[in-house]
Amino acid sequence: MTAEERFEAFEKAKANLPDRAPRPEGELELLEKVWAKPRGWRVLTVVNNDYVGSWYVGAALLFFVLAGILALLIRLQLAMPLNEFMGQETYNQVFTMHGTIMMFLFAVPAVEAAGVLLLPQMFAARDLPFPRLSAFAFWAYLIGGLVFFTSLFWGVAPDGGWFMYPPHTSYVFSPDSNQDWWLLGIGFIEISAIAGAIEIVVGTLKTRSPGMTLDKLPVFGWAMLVFAAMIIVGFPAVILSTILLELERAFHWPFFIAGQGGDPLLWQHLFWFFGHPEVYIIFLPAAGLMSMIIPVVARTSLVGYRLVVFALIATGFIAFGVWAHHMFATGIPDISVSFFSAASMAVSIPAGVQVFAWIGTLMAAKKIEFNVPALFSIGAIVIFVIGGLTGVMVAMVPFDWQAHDSYFVVAHLHYVLIGGMVFPLFAAIYYWTPMVSVNALSEKRGKWAFWLMFAGMNLTFMIMHWTGMMGMPRRVYTYLPEQGLGTVNLIATVGAFVFAAGIAIVMLDLIQKFRFGEPPAGNVYGGGTLEWLPQGDYAARSMPVVDSLEPLWDHPELAEESDKGQWFLPDSPTGRRETIVTSPVYAVPQYMVTIPGPSEWHLFAAIGTAGFFLALTVKLLSLAAVFAILAVYSVWRWMWELEGEPGPDIAIGGGMKIPRYVSGPMNHGVWAAWVLVTVLGMIFACSIFAWFFLWGRQPGFWPPAGLLPPTTDGLLASGALYLASGFAVWRATASLPAKGESAVRYALWQGGALVLLAAAFAVELISRWHISPSANAYGAMVYLYSFLNGEVIAMLAIYAAFNIAAFWKGRMDRERRVGQECLQILWLFLVAQALIGFVIVGGFKVLA
Amino acid sequence: MCSFRDGRWFEPGTESAARRFARDGKAGNDGGAYHFESGELKRGAALVLEAAGPEAAPVSVLSVALFVGGGLVLLVVLVWLGIALFGPQRWRERFSGERPILGLGLAFPVVVLTGLLVIGLAMTASLSSSEAKPGALPIRIEGEQWWWRVSYPGFETANEIVIPTGRPVQLQLVSDNVIHSFWVPQLSGKRDMIPGHDNRLNIQADRPGTYFGICAEYCGGPHALMQMRVHALAPADYARWEAGQRRRAAVPGGPEAREGAELFLTIGCGKCHTVRGTPANGHEGPDLTHIASRSTLASGIMPMGRDELTRWTRRAQDIKPNNLMPEYPYAPVREIDAISAYLMELE
Repeated sequence: MTAEERFEAFEKAKANLPDRAPRPEGELELLEKVWAKPRGWRVLTVVNNDYVGSWYVGAALLFFVLAGILALLIRLQLAMPLNEFMGQETYNQVFTMHGTIMMFLFAVPAVEAAGVLLLPQMFAARDLPFPRLSAFAFWAYLIGGLVFFTSLFWGVAPDGGWFMYPPHTSYVFSPDSNQDWWLLGIGFIEISAIAGAIEIVVGTLKTRSPGMTLDKLPVFGWAMLVFAAMIIVGFPAVILSTILLELERAFHWPFFIAGQGGDPLLWQHLFWFFGHPEVYIIFLPAAGLMSMIIPVVARTSLVGYRLVVFALIATGFIAFGVWAHHMFATGIPDISVSFFSAASMAVSIPAGVQVFAWIGTLMAAKKIEFNVPALFSIGAIVIFVIGGLTGVMVAMVPFDWQAHDSYFVVAHLHYVLIGGMVFPLFAAIYYWTPMVSVNALSEKRGKWAFWLMFAGMNLTFMIMHWTGMMGMPRRVYTYLPEQGLGTVNLIATVGAFVFAAGIAIVMLDLIQKFRFGEPPAGNVYGGGTLEWLPQGDYAARSMPVVDSLEPLWDHPELAEESDKGQWFLPDSPTGRRETIVTSPVYAVPQYMVTIPGPSEWHLFAAIGTAGFFLALTVKLLSLAAVFAILAVYSVWRWMWELEGEPGPDIAIGGGMKIPRYVSGPMNHGVWAAWVLVTVLGMIFACSIFAWFFLWGRQPGFWPPAGLLPPTTDGLLASGALYLASGFAVWRATASLPAKGESAVRYALWQGGALVLLAAAFAVELISRWHISPSANAYGAMVYLYSFLNGEVIAMLAIYAAFNIAAFWKGRMDRERRVGQECLQILWLFLVAQALIGFVIVGGFKVLA
Repeated sequence: MCSFRDGRWFEPGTESAARRFARDGKAGNDGGAYHFESGELKRGAALVLEAAGPEAAPVSVLSVALFVGGGLVLLVVLVWLGIALFGPQRWRERFSGERPILGLGLAFPVVVLTGLLVIGLAMTASLSSSEAKPGALPIRIEGEQWWWRVSYPGFETANEIVIPTGRPVQLQLVSDNVIHSFWVPQLSGKRDMIPGHDNRLNIQADRPGTYFGICAEYCGGPHALMQMRVHALAPADYARWEAGQRRRAAVPGGPEAREGAELFLTIGCGKCHTVRGTPANGHEGPDLTHIASRSTLASGIMPMGRDELTRWTRRAQDIKPNNLMPEYPYAPVREIDAISAYLMELE
């Protein structure tokens, strides 16, 4: 079926809906049975996004409370000069863990959790396209995060600050395992962030309610799209920098050691290329939540929807041009300073647009009801504006030279993050709890909590602007009486406890009131978007066609119609879990995707992954191997159950029929593969940056006198083998036989591709065998390319073996081929990566 | 226990030896070596706004302008928000819609930020030059863990930088260990000290005084205690100070100091510390040739004095944990005190 035909069929179907005819008997029962959540201990195997999303939010809040307790310890220590509450070693661990947990184990997971919980509901989709992936990401994050936190109790917690600048964090100055724990903790969040980004991009673009064109996408959906895109572009930089630091720590590959051709600033560039966009990765989804809540508070549509969407996208772009404003004091050239100063100011403009859109929406209200979500939203605006203004101040370079790394910056970043993320999140907790819980939260306690938090927050951090001006640097475990900082710090400490009291009220209320169950408390605040349709385990009973941003306000009858199954997909036609895949812009139904149900395998995969990295951190290699086998086996089993089966087309309502299986560029799995390739490509691009950066810094090391680059013959031979293996995979895909036909050709091509790949990698290593990766940065970089190739090759080997096995068992053929298509995409990417790498390491002499 | 446990290092009641010297005039400021007092420091002031030199003064003005300007913009937003929440219906209807978003959220910031950018970049260009000004005094400062090595042409000192007023100074800021950052708020903004990088910073003090400085880039361990002083002296005083520093170490006078000098070498202090004119030529720790001429000890955290020196030598790890100075808690107090007596003669 062509796109035009689908569009026509969809138009006809829309005209036939809602379908008032009574639904067949047993349909609802089947739907309930298919989507039922397991009970007892098997509840751990649940993949339904409302449960996983709520757990995810809960885990993020747990880490918020833990990191908050660390903040109180910090404030106690600093309450007076030369306080002996904590020694410097403990303090250094505590402030590092506070920052790391807040950024990586609270803020990013919290907004990702909001996406998992809310997006399918806002799209009236049955679930996310890869529910086990989300559940896996959640479990890996929870297990890894908790173990990471316990490092504090053994006194081995990281103590390098949340941005971990080498050389302090490398093996010379931090020989113990502390910083490895940081790299471990970040590893988990990298995995879950990438998994979440894949889920959100594909989910938002491919599984919206039919007819929900992009211009009717709720702002939160736009925010999450930009969020996911920023993770895809930004996280690879931190993935690469953590790889580099771990390689330097474990094997002494000197990427950051100036005396051996490395440069400490390489870390700062890579880290902040991720680290500043990270702030917007946290802020944009929260801003999206605000843009959903404020219209409900004001009982009117968001004023300036298009401007807000444009602001979100603009922020996503500009955010990648501001990273070096963390480095104004490092002595980088004036010309870069000017660029980054300008971009840092520019990025405040789209934030301003959003703030005034929110205020404009409140202006348009007939009457504002000051309920708890309203209070937290308004408080967020005030706090965030202050953080934005101090942000403009530090974008002024001469001022930044004074404010940088002082308490002024501590104040600034807390205003931005608390106003831009914490308060919106609390507004969201109050607003959306009734969607999943049988009880709403208490308005009365919520108001107490808000005022305590608002007052405490300002008391703590307002004074810190001044503390910074008084010359107090951040990250100091104490100060001398003669510095005269006692009073200002005592005020901040008092404020912190007031702030904490407010948070405690919310947490206690959540513990007391939040209960899963049927029916949930529902739309107590009167929202107009699809998540407020009546819900069961299967989410909304049927998927309505929407024609506005607040369909439930414009068509209140939609709720009942949807619940009676009068719109698209009111049933479970294949008797399995499924949802409709729609086109990315116009949301025209394309095909039916079968999505996996509860399973213990993603859970075991998470345990295996977490255990593997933990065992590596404490250097128990054989235990690590056991966990690795568990992880690979579990992923194998999990994937085995995944792929849908071709079959006759399926009626989804209104007379429209769609296929139950498609391969090729429309398939959601293929989309996921492309997202993954983009991530891998960005990691590789960052490594190219590292190469040219280090070369530019110390050309004498590139290569050092007397050291020959990788052999040309070796590179040519290896390159030819890589190309040949790519060709073989392409032939393998092309020679997939029809069901039941002879398999010899496919098996030969696919097997041959593996052999060629192994040979290519072996020759690649031989080409550089005379170079030592630990002698100098040049050698380390040359081997880094092989390391990046080797990682992908290991993944491809398992994947290819999986495909051959699937083929053997009759689970793959000419029609049912998405697994092979995804493998081919990744494989061809690897060939390109290897060849570009060869051009760089081999052709470099010509350039130099 | 040492007074670190009491939580007080600068005890107001006790008089440090350096201050006693200064008061009694035995080796006062009108002859011989130059002494400093730590009491001249500004306490509890907004140092960034109390600029004392041409590199810091414009930034002070800028800071005040930014605070005031930011406050005004905040006021406008709050009034606007107040109208949205509590204003009369007539106003609110008039101000809703997209036009104010474009005006206040887009046009206004674009204008203001463009202006700020021009000012900021102009100031950056004039302040960030790494070129030495004509007649500048070059000083090399190395960030150590966790103190400052200060090298002048011809001699070395530590943790206290002495400069002449009215004369530009060019600092060369380097490190061969971890990253540190040089920050004396009254004289200039920060500049990092990064292994493999050769950063320069121009400073100048317009009036005599003692200025507080501290490491601003987290450098692990006792980063909080990596402090320093900059003493700005009138040119004539500076010349006298410099001449004093160029001299070799004083020969110990009293019997106690002579014993201390001997112990200093036999215990092994000379392996890490240099005292020019003696066999002590170590390079790990601060140069002690004229230690008694400094006002502070242990990178700016204790006043200089015989008692303090003894306490520091015996309890260095207690006072400043993890620093590279070994402590001698079990050595006879009398011997350590003799060494302190010796050091106090190294003016």
